[in-house]
Amino acid sequence: MDEHCLEAVELLYHYLDGELTDERKVQIQSHLDACPPCFEAYDFEAELRTVVRQKCVDRVPESLMLRVAAALRDGEERVE
Amino acid sequence: MADQARFSDLAIEYMPSLYTAALRMTRNPADAEDLVQETYLKAYRAFNSFTEGTNLKAWLYRILTNTYINAYRAKKRRPEESDIDDLENFYLYRRLGGLEGATAGRSAEDEVLDHFTETEVKEAIEALPEQFRMAVLLGDVEGFSYKEIAEILDVPIGTVMSRLHRGRRALQKRLYEFGRQRGLVSEREGTHG
Repeated sequence: MDEHCLEAVELLYHYLDGELTDERKVQIQSHLDACPPCFEAYDFEAELRTVVRQKCVDRVPESLMLRVAAALRDGEERVE
Repeated sequence: MADQARFSDLAIEYMPSLYTAALRMTRNPADAEDLVQETYLKAYRAFNSFTEGTNLKAWLYRILTNTYINAYRAKKRRPEESDIDDLENFYLYRRLGGLEGATAGRSAEDEVLDHFTETEVKEAIEALPEQFRMAVLLGDVEGFSYKEIAEILDVPIGTVMSRLHRGRRALQKRLYEFGRQRGLVSEREGTHG
């Protein structure tokens, strides 16, 4: 790992989060393009993020939908 | 000023993500349902104070979070785990053999991720100490920006970054443990033991 790698690793999470300035983003992007080990690490973290997002989903129970809809309808009637 | 009559039309689409967050926070379906219903009622009553055109999802999350903190958290306070500080970056990747040599194409490390079940991912998130769990939920599951998370949780952006960072490492540690229990990954020493 050279100093560019260390910098890229340091900023990788901010890069993944879309929280870097355009200038920084371009710097990290070009390092990742040129450095397979850093790219692999980036790719893993990005994939992990996707897996967490996709596997952390729950179906809303129908009963909850109905409860909330009814509660809001009551509220609206009272206001009108 | 937002029109209360339009509240349902605008807000109801966020219920799946609010319910998922509520489940991860309360770790209990009955409490999660109550929390979501209470959030919608509070949001409805306060909708006059919402500025239309601003971020409704973030506004709803703020109400959800505050309601949870006030109503549910007191019941089940858990001590924060201090060993999170000791975990290094790329916790999981290192233990799967990453950073030791580049491979071409989709790596074996990436493929391990496919084997984690929904239940394991959910349990790994639910096992996080609360403040880290909230940050990871809002950042990694819901995709809110640092600034939005800071507003939802009412903490400085630096605190958001630190909680996200530490929460992610703890999440990786938990997933690694699941992977080991199931034999998805072999036991090995990480670069720092």
